[in-house]
Amino acid sequence: MAEKTYLQAISDGLRQEMRRDDRVFVIGEDVGVYGGAFKVTLGFQEEFGPWRVIDSPLAETAILGAATGASMMGMRPVAEMQFADFISCGWDHLVTVAAKQRFRAGTPVPIVVRLPSGGGFSGGPFHSQNPESSFAHIPGLKCVCPATPEDAKGLLVAAIEDPNPVLFFEHKHLYRRIKADVPEERYVTPIGKARTHLEGDDVSVITWGAMVYTADEAAKQLETDGVSVEIVDLRTVMPWDKEAVLASVRKTSKVVVLHEDNRTGGFGGEIAATIAEEAFEDLDAPVKRIAAPDCPVPFSPVLEKAFIPQVEDVVKGLRELAEY
Amino acid sequence: MAVREAEPVGSLSEVREAGLDREDLLGIYRNLLVTRGIEERGHILYKQGKIPGSFYTGRGNEGAAVGVATAMGSNDVGTPLHRDMGVHVTRGVEPWRIFAQYMGREGGPTRGRDGNVHMADARLGMIAMVSHLPAMLPVAVGCALAFRIRDEKRVAVGWFGEGASARGDAHEAMNLAGVRQLPVVFICDNNQWAYSTPTHLGYAVEHLADRAAAYGFDGVVVDGTDVLAVYRESKAAIEKARNGGGPTLLELKTLRMEGHAVHDDAFYVPKELFEEWAKNDPVERFRTWLRENAELTGEEEEEISSRVKKLLNDALTQAEESPQPDPGTLLEGVYATPEDLDTPHHK
Repeated sequence: MAEKTYLQAISDGLRQEMRRDDRVFVIGEDVGVYGGAFKVTLGFQEEFGPWRVIDSPLAETAILGAATGASMMGMRPVAEMQFADFISCGWDHLVTVAAKQRFRAGTPVPIVVRLPSGGGFSGGPFHSQNPESSFAHIPGLKCVCPATPEDAKGLLVAAIEDPNPVLFFEHKHLYRRIKADVPEERYVTPIGKARTHLEGDDVSVITWGAMVYTADEAAKQLETDGVSVEIVDLRTVMPWDKEAVLASVRKTSKVVVLHEDNRTGGFGGEIAATIAEEAFEDLDAPVKRIAAPDCPVPFSPVLEKAFIPQVEDVVKGLRELAEY
Repeated sequence: MAVREAEPVGSLSEVREAGLDREDLLGIYRNLLVTRGIEERGHILYKQGKIPGSFYTGRGNEGAAVGVATAMGSNDVGTPLHRDMGVHVTRGVEPWRIFAQYMGREGGPTRGRDGNVHMADARLGMIAMVSHLPAMLPVAVGCALAFRIRDEKRVAVGWFGEGASARGDAHEAMNLAGVRQLPVVFICDNNQWAYSTPTHLGYAVEHLADRAAAYGFDGVVVDGTDVLAVYRESKAAIEKARNGGGPTLLELKTLRMEGHAVHDDAFYVPKELFEEWAKNDPVERFRTWLRENAELTGEEEEEISSRVKKLLNDALTQAEESPQPDPGTLLEGVYATPEDLDTPHHK
């Protein structure tokens, strides 16, 4: 195993799938000659040619609609939105056509949509969002949010294999910051199975994506207080591993649900409600949500720091629960 | 690149040149009758309270739909819309399944999950439409992209209406198709009314086919009530696409002879317009043509129409016998399984 960045793991996984399966192709803005805005597909066009690494016009509906049509004709498209934020332009296609086609017409739509998401570097309101809850709400779509390089590769392979439209949220703040061992060989990380990032006994944090690392740093601080924190990395929010969450709740009896998306309507609300419905008797404290406030993602570093949940916010929340 | 207005079809020899023999012509006539018959009976079923929701027909568009579908190859694919029943009929969907679809029964192509003409038989190369009308154009372009990537001699046909032409999906689809010169043919069913909106409130060019020039391909205006002219122009466009010549936009002009849906009496359409276009009813027009150019006899006419009647009677009976969907199966198929990919196209 070699140490890889999160970005390299995605790139390797995609290249491996394209080498073993002619049906897999890439389409998106600047994915070919330029190698993608974040260089995930750097060198792909040289290896696979311009008809498998397709530079598209600036037209998200055309990209997603073309991916859907091609998938129905036997291809396995991997479409890239240059930033997850731009998926708003293709929302109609995904939700109206791709998500519902299997249910109503019996026609599967095996596409992957790669979505560089998340903030932390002054991307402002249109280059920083985490729109996973909007899509987790739509029956027929799957939403994948890996946190580690190993999962990024294994879940991308799973997404390409999956017979459904899979939205692959890759967090930009993890791209080059996070490095870890990644197996060279092909492997599949199952969609819908959470990972225990850290075992603990006193408080659970349920989270995904970049917030796994925020929770991790907070847990280290709590350790010095003598509080043992368990971190459950959901890996995928649709489907989500309800059993793993409930098992952790039953173990610790205190829960923080943490995400980088806005609080109201964020996927944490669904998790908190499920815990209240199914594990109420196991709780020793109210479920606490830590999320971004209900405003657009701001540009200024000072404002953005106030927006994205920080380690100290999580430390504070964990201490409150520990003392409850 | 000026738009071309297609000439009407004159003689039998001209039709033969376009690749149709007399049997094919009688087949087209039968498909026109089946198309109209399905929608007329659907209308009755609706009034009998047997069809939930709303009900849409393509009266006036039968020739346009059958003409395009007749020109398609068996491995070609398409995304017909709610005025294009003739496409489903021509591709070979059994009429009983269409009645079952209307009534929301288990035997319809969507098994009661969706209604009216929101259906398709994927085995026959059709992809089910959604209500958001130009939304299927990018999908048709994607089918063509797959054919181009694999160097297959197949063509995708994407339908839209003059109303749908106002939306961005139509532009994005045609632009991508033009840039990549993909094997796709765009069919605009211009029936002059988008619900109650007339063309002059929908677009500002003379012909919608004029827009093809902006995407770098040809546009042709065709009288959509002339099934043979529609066939000839579609055939030319489809074969051009098949042979690497890129997309074409065909604008098929008709008049929507009924309301937007069954609840709408179309009071906003001038009576004179209906009277004028009634003279060009596509079914009547083709019947007259067959009599004058292909020696259609009264006996043949009688035989074809009685066969169609029997087909539709039997279809209705079979559809009414089809069970209601089981509510216990409601959640089936929200997500696809790997086995679902075992179709002629997904492989």
